[in-house]
Amino acid sequence: MQPIFEVRNLKRAFGGLAVTNDVSLSMAPGDRVALIGPNGAGKTTFVNLVTGNLRPDSGEVRIGGEAVTGVDAIGRVRRGLVRSFQVTRLFADMTPAEHVALAVLQRSGRAGRLFGNFRGMSDVMAEVQELLAKLGLKELMHRKVSEIAYGQQRLLEIAVALALKPRVLLLDEPAAGVPQSDTGRIEQALADLPDDLAVLMIEHDMDLVFRFAKRVIVLAAGAIIFDGSPSEVTKDPRVREAYLGSYANASHAA
Amino acid sequence: MTMTTTNDMIAASPVRRRFGGGDLIGLGIILLVALIGYFLFPNNLALLTRIIAVALLVLSLDLVTGYCGVATLGHAALFGAGAYAAGIASAHYGINDPLAMLAFGIVAGAAAGLVCGVVILRAHGLPQLVLSIALIHLFHEFANKASSWTGGSDGLSGIAPTALLGLYEFDLWGRTAYVFGVALLAIVFVLLRLIVRSPFGMLCRGIKEDPIRIRSMGASPKIALTKMYVISGAVAGVGGALNAITTQVVGLDSLSFTMSAESLVMLVLGGTGSLFGALTGTVVFMFFEDVVSAANPFHWLTMVGALLIAVVLFAPRGIYGTVASFVTRRREAK
Repeated sequence: MQPIFEVRNLKRAFGGLAVTNDVSLSMAPGDRVALIGPNGAGKTTFVNLVTGNLRPDSGEVRIGGEAVTGVDAIGRVRRGLVRSFQVTRLFADMTPAEHVALAVLQRSGRAGRLFGNFRGMSDVMAEVQELLAKLGLKELMHRKVSEIAYGQQRLLEIAVALALKPRVLLLDEPAAGVPQSDTGRIEQALADLPDDLAVLMIEHDMDLVFRFAKRVIVLAAGAIIFDGSPSEVTKDPRVREAYLGSYANASHAA
Repeated sequence: MTMTTTNDMIAASPVRRRFGGGDLIGLGIILLVALIGYFLFPNNLALLTRIIAVALLVLSLDLVTGYCGVATLGHAALFGAGAYAAGIASAHYGINDPLAMLAFGIVAGAAAGLVCGVVILRAHGLPQLVLSIALIHLFHEFANKASSWTGGSDGLSGIAPTALLGLYEFDLWGRTAYVFGVALLAIVFVLLRLIVRSPFGMLCRGIKEDPIRIRSMGASPKIALTKMYVISGAVAGVGGALNAITTQVVGLDSLSFTMSAESLVMLVLGGTGSLFGALTGTVVFMFFEDVVSAANPFHWLTMVGALLIAVVLFAPRGIYGTVASFVTRRREAK
């Protein structure tokens, strides 16, 4: 199948330190990939390079076959590369309905309209209700985000991302900070993601990784050291060394 | 999902967001206050008209500061541009029809809004504030130096608007001017009410809270804010043109730093991020200024300062904002 998302030989150094060192990967529609790696492996830099918030020194990013290395972050979103944030970035004074409506309006090119209101646009409202119902947020759709629980805010992050109808979805630790009792709902939401969507999840929680991902990529010191099935990842000696090494360093530092 | 369910939902939603009951009441209150003002101060309609012109400037400032979070101390540039454009159209080109002068004011205000927006939106926070101050000084100096056009420090005179709609002369008591002002304010209020509730208004609220989030949704905060600056300029231009048409003179003070700063004070006094806050702040400040300066010409500024400190300390959301949130809390408690 034609890859929907490709990264070719991506490099970025900060003052001589290669934080992303010759990273290449390719994803097809429907892929469920987890990107893991010890602290300081370069995951955040990788996300910033891919989303267009940081320029690479060399290499290429392609969405749907189109090179987007020179396209800014906004342009990449418009081409179907959407991300969620590790720490929720929602508008505290707005309601879930407004969040999703804003995303739907933006996607359909109506976010600049000076008159009218999304509540009067039946197609927008239908989509808002459908998405929020799917994620179990319909009852809360007119409450302020600051009044809803953190787990529900994480679900809303996913709803906003989905409302943009992405082709590639980058999930940055979707369950971070959510109490154990609430992670089930988020896992369900992840399992229900559209079949044709390519999903790259950055995650620390290995249980979640094993349940979600069909393929695991391990990043260490800016380079990919493993790219394969979840069943093999724990057996790989380089992966074990990278994780053990980082834990050894951490305990040493402590 | 069928249409019926969607409509049911809209009807059942706790807050109605379309231009509906609440907005009509708001418009009614504005017209009622205007009517009371007309009968209470029949000899001081010029002041009331001036309040309306300044209220349009404060509303315009509220659009960029209150709704979008842009810090500016140079917003009178937009007001002044509108005032000078309307004045120059009349004094130099003989375009004396008030509505045509108004159109010139709107276009010039919007153009000034575009220029200021492009410059100011390049920075954030304190540098943004400094850019806005630099801009208002540049506008002021430009108007001062181009004295053959603007009259410089003597002010632009020779503005002679003809009868409004060919029917209503601008009389000595300022009745026509006042009615004209109230009509403009009502129209602008209705339009802004629609805009702040539109998808674009929602986008701007989002930008105020988190521009990075808006970018990750594929929207450009800069383009949206520039657009808001142009709208804001048009509104300030209405105010400026109204001032030029009704006073028949335009002075350098209409694009001064002082006027910019005072408009920000009025906005904070009334409450940012709400059209009523902007209106309340303007009316309270200008009445206070008028009454207190007449009662005590030497210490009136001290009293204005004390009022402002009291509001900021005890009602940080502004007069209207505090009252509105008090009413909401009371309603929720019931």
